[in-house]
Order: sequence, then C-alpha cells, then structure tokens
Amino acid sequence: MTTASVSLPGWISYGVIPLLNLLLALFFSGLVVWWIGEDPFEALKFLVQGALGRGDAIGFTLFYATSFIFTGLSVAVAFHAGLFNIGSEGQAYVGGLGAALVALALDRYVPWYVTMPFAILGAAAFGAAWAFIPAWLQAKRGSHIVITTIMFNFIGAALMVYLLVHVLIVPGKMAPETRTFLPGGQLPKLDWLMALFGLKLGPAPFNVSFLIALVMCFLVWLLIWRTKLGYEMRTLGISPSAAVYAGIPYVRTVIIAMLISGGLAGMMSLNAVMGASARLQVEFVAGAGFVGIAVSLMGRSHPVGIVLAAILFGVLYQGGADLSFEMPNITRDMIVVIQGLVILFAGALEYMLRPALVRLYQPFGRT
Amino acid sequence: MKKTFLSLLALAAMSTTALAADIKPALVYGTGGKFDKSFNEAAYAGAEAFKKESGTEYRDFEPTSDTQGEQAIRNFASRGFNPVVAVSFAWTSAMEKVAAEYPDTKFVIVDSVVDLKNVRSVVYKEEEGSYLVGLLAGMASKTGKVGFIGGMDIPLIRKFGCGYVQGAKAAKADAQVFQNMVGTTGAAWNDPVRGGELAKNQMDQGADVIYAAAGASGLGVLQTAADNKKMSIGVDSNQNYVHPGSVLTSMVKRVDLAVYNAFKDTKDDKFTAGITALGVKEDGVAYAIDDNNKSLITEDMKKAVEKAKADIIAGTVKVHDYMSDNSCPK
Repeated sequence: MTTASVSLPGWISYGVIPLLNLLLALFFSGLVVWWIGEDPFEALKFLVQGALGRGDAIGFTLFYATSFIFTGLSVAVAFHAGLFNIGSEGQAYVGGLGAALVALALDRYVPWYVTMPFAILGAAAFGAAWAFIPAWLQAKRGSHIVITTIMFNFIGAALMVYLLVHVLIVPGKMAPETRTFLPGGQLPKLDWLMALFGLKLGPAPFNVSFLIALVMCFLVWLLIWRTKLGYEMRTLGISPSAAVYAGIPYVRTVIIAMLISGGLAGMMSLNAVMGASARLQVEFVAGAGFVGIAVSLMGRSHPVGIVLAAILFGVLYQGGADLSFEMPNITRDMIVVIQGLVILFAGALEYMLRPALVRLYQPFGRT
Repeated sequence: MKKTFLSLLALAAMSTTALAADIKPALVYGTGGKFDKSFNEAAYAGAEAFKKESGTEYRDFEPTSDTQGEQAIRNFASRGFNPVVAVSFAWTSAMEKVAAEYPDTKFVIVDSVVDLKNVRSVVYKEEEGSYLVGLLAGMASKTGKVGFIGGMDIPLIRKFGCGYVQGAKAAKADAQVFQNMVGTTGAAWNDPVRGGELAKNQMDQGADVIYAAAGASGLGVLQTAADNKKMSIGVDSNQNYVHPGSVLTSMVKRVDLAVYNAFKDTKDDKFTAGITALGVKEDGVAYAIDDNNKSLITEDMKKAVEKAKADIIAGTVKVHDYMSDNSCPK
C-alpha cells in the first residue's frame, strides 16, 4: 500500500514535518561545522543569538524577511498559475527604478506618507512592466517563461547599470547610485513596533514596508482563494488544457498572473531602496529574488507559509552573517552551505519523512 | 588537562601581543571576496604584511551584501576594534553613518571619500597608472591595435580605460583601442570565461596587447592572450607571474599600502584623517617590471615610460580623469 494517499492531520503536515526537516538540516549543518573544527553548539548559539538575541538583530532579521516575503509572494502567485517565474530578481531591480523615480520627484514637497502610495504604485508598475514581455511571449508565442524571465534578469541588470552610470548618478561621485532621498522619500523605521515588545531597534533598517508586505500577504490570499480570477489561475496551474476547455482564457490569465507576480517583486524595492539605503544602488536586490523561489517552495505557496519561511531565511541571513563574524573559520561560503542544507531538507526533501510518519500515525488515527 | 594547558598557552601568547601593540585592527573587504587575486587580495596582503612585521593579530570580514557591509563595520567599531579599514567604494554611505556614531574610532576607506574628522579616505589616480601601461601597450603593439577589458561597467573602471586610451595614443597617435566590459552585474568580476571570449574577439579584430581591469575575470583575459601568443596587462596586484613572457606588465595599485599604513599609523599613533590621493608620484599606482617580463620591455620602452612617469610627476603631462566630468577625450 502506498502511503502518499493517506491524509495526515494538519498539525503533522504543517507542524511536525517541517520541524523535523529543519532539525535534520541543523543536524547535518552541525556535522559540517564540526568537520571544519568548530563547536556546532557554539555555532548554533551564535546563529540564533545573532538573529534573535537583541533588538537590532531581530530588526535585521525582519528586514531581510520583508524582502523575502515580497519575492516569495511573487513566485507563489505565478506558481499557482503554473508559471515558474525565475525573474523576480530582475523585476525587483527594475521595480526599484519606479520607487526611486517617485521618491526623487516627490521627496522635496511632501511627507513620506504621501509619497508611499505613489511609490508602491511606481514600484509595482515597473516590476509588472518588466514581467509583461516574458508573459506575453509565453502566452502568445509559447516561449518558455523560465528561459525568458532568466534572460530578462540580465537585460534588467544592463538597463539599470546604464541608467545609474549615465543618467541617475550624482556627478563626481564614485558609486553609481542616485542622490540620497530626503525624509519625504524614505519609509520610516518601525522602532515603535519594537518598543511595544520592549526591544530597541538600534541601527537595523526594519521599516514600514514590513507592514505593506503583511497587507500584500492578505491580498494574495484573498486573490488566490476567494476570487474568480484566483480560481481561474489555480485551474490553469493544475491543468492548462482543462482550464481552456472550461472556457478560462489562457492568454489573459497568464499575462495577469505574471503582471501581479512582477508587481509584487517590484514592491520588494520599497524595503531596500526606500526603507534601508534611501537611494537606488547597483545590485540592491542582492539575490532576494532567487531566495524568493526557495521561500515560496518551502512555504507551499501559501502566504502564511511564506511569512514563516521568509523569517527562517531572514534568521539564516542575519544569523549567518553574525556567525561568520564571530567565528572567522566559518567563511561566508560555509553559510551558503548551511542555507543550502536547509533548502534541501525543508524544501526539496519535504516528503522524505512522510511515509515513516504515516506508518507511525496510522495505528492512532484509525479509531 | 591538555586543553587547559593549550588555552593557557594561547592566553599567554595573546597577552604578549597585547603588550607589544595595543591596537585591534579590523578589515572589511569588498563584496568580491578575499581571494580575488586582485583588489581585495591586495588589501589582504597589506594586512598580512603588518601582522608578520608587528605580530599584531587582525580581524577581517567578507560581506556578501551592502547591508552586511554596514553591519560588519559597525560590529567592529562597537567591539572596540581600531582602526577599521573598509576597502571598496561600496561602503561609502555605510562609513558615513558608522564613523559619525563612533567618533573615537579611526576609520579608513579605500577608493572613496568620506568627509569626517576620524576618517582617512584613500583614493588612487588609476588614470595615471593606466596611462603608463597604455603607453607600454602602444609601443609593444605591432598592429597598432590594443584592447581594454573592464569588469563591471562603472565609472571607476572607465577611469582605468580612459587613462589607458590616452597612454596608447601618446605612444602612437593613430593607435586603435577596443574597449569591452565583461558585464553589468557583480558577477562580471568573476567570469574568466567571458573575459577570455572578449579577449579572443579583440584579437580577431587585430589587438595584440590587452589590458584587463576586471578582477578575477581578468585571469581569463591573461590566459587567452598567453594561449594565442599575444600579450596582456594585469591589474591591481602584480600579475606578471601568472603567464611569464605573455603578461607585458601590470598596473599595480597599492591597496596593500593603504591597509598597511592604516594599521601602522594607528599603532605608532600617527594616524591622520583626510583625503590621500595616491598617484604615480606617491607610488600608489605603478607599472610592474620583474624577472617575468624583463624580456618584453625594450630599452626604448623603458626610457619612454620612465620619461612619461617623470612628466606626470612634474606635471607637464596631465592625464585626464574620467571621473572629473564623466567623459573621456576622444
């Protein structure tokens, strides 16, 4: 008898299994750390303390998590429609241009809460525009979305570097970046939120875009599970031929799903560009678009799962940096190994333990 | 028991170094990583030289993103490290913030300017060094065509290219210079295959000396030039040894000196803030001659390049700086 068809209660599938996977990943990471001659328990302590031990550490963790929530949602929305959007990285990069142009235009005249809605629109519009051409090519010409979105990441990078080096740069400055936005173009930090928990944010760039990310989580949930469009997207994702047979317009649904996906990716720039550095820089996305793929896979493309997975990756990013700071033997490449193990066990091998758990659970579940 | 003994020993060793020199230097690399055989590795070499000479331990960190760079600089400062040296213009804004928070700590930034009382900014006149190697390239070229391959397309790298063009034209007024950049993302610093392809392309057009200012991608350029019996020019560190007989010379940028001096000046209590611009005159940039390329540089070339060097120092030859107006004279 196969165990795949047996259903397990939610607290096992969504609680016990991910936890066990995470523990396995930590175990193997510990082995690696031990193998290079450091104390794994000490390393774990540094990792957790570095990510969650102090107010500013939590602030940094949530700052990274905010970016990952946006890109994770972006990948998830496309994934529900059966589209594998590898282009969140480039869409976020170009989205940053939208946010930056709004901030540069408005920061002198209005306070941040007036700039913010326009910046959200700008970032989303530019990100969506960058997803449009691959979407159109997929829908009309059948060019595979994976290939086209990857290629658009590079085209986006080239475009942004050109603009930053030739057009937006402050003359005479060494770094290719725009001028620093005035407070009217910056998203304020959430120190009051941290203060509620008696924590001090310190220098961490944890900002209002975290709240925007949470709102987007809710909106994505609403879209996917509570609207006609979401239903059409899910149907298309499960079986394109059945969807077309049922009268769901293929071209329209693919393009709209990708526009939403690109828009969400573009909003990631609110966090990095307007929340943290207050200016548009070369390569500000720094891989968050690709992490979004892992986050979406781990979070089972569900907003709640995405938030949890994003926080986990935030912990790994922030704690990992702190770990390699405290233990110089653990280089930044080692941190990537540990992150890779977590993705391997919690994402790719997520069903490895399931058959065993089903056998364990069955005697109790049959009553 | 053995462990206690060892840790006692370690403690003793540490306390002696603490007595010898009372500083805790720290070094933050650019995102290219420590062992890039070029810019960051030069910084590492400077720190190692100081460690070897003084016995003082230092700490270093390789950030992977801009956020991490700022965190690392702040972490070092908050733990009492002094001086804190950050190499790469990418840390400009990070240093502006952190240096203001820790006015008693001494900071050094390489390749950029931060105008604060406790910061020393070290910048290089890359155009002068590139002019000298451009001159050598122009003289060594038989076809009258030379190439430049940059890493990421940013103003700093154009500054290298612009100086090089001026040097090549000074050697042969009608010299043709092909210019290509490896890419537009950070990956451009670490793509030797593409570097090699670009070099091949320039050779097909007739270039026989190619200058690579592209971090680890430059190694591909040097390799391709050696494979095709053409010549190449290394950058940042002295790369003459990479392919002896094929690497014409290297444009050495003494990032190691900036790091070494920062550590040493703090140790000797001679630290000064402000802008230090290192050109040919200060030996901050230079062309490299050693046993590996002696046979490639003829007497005439040596005479010409030494004259150019003297002229730059004397001010009779002025090399245009791309960064001053974001353009290069044609």
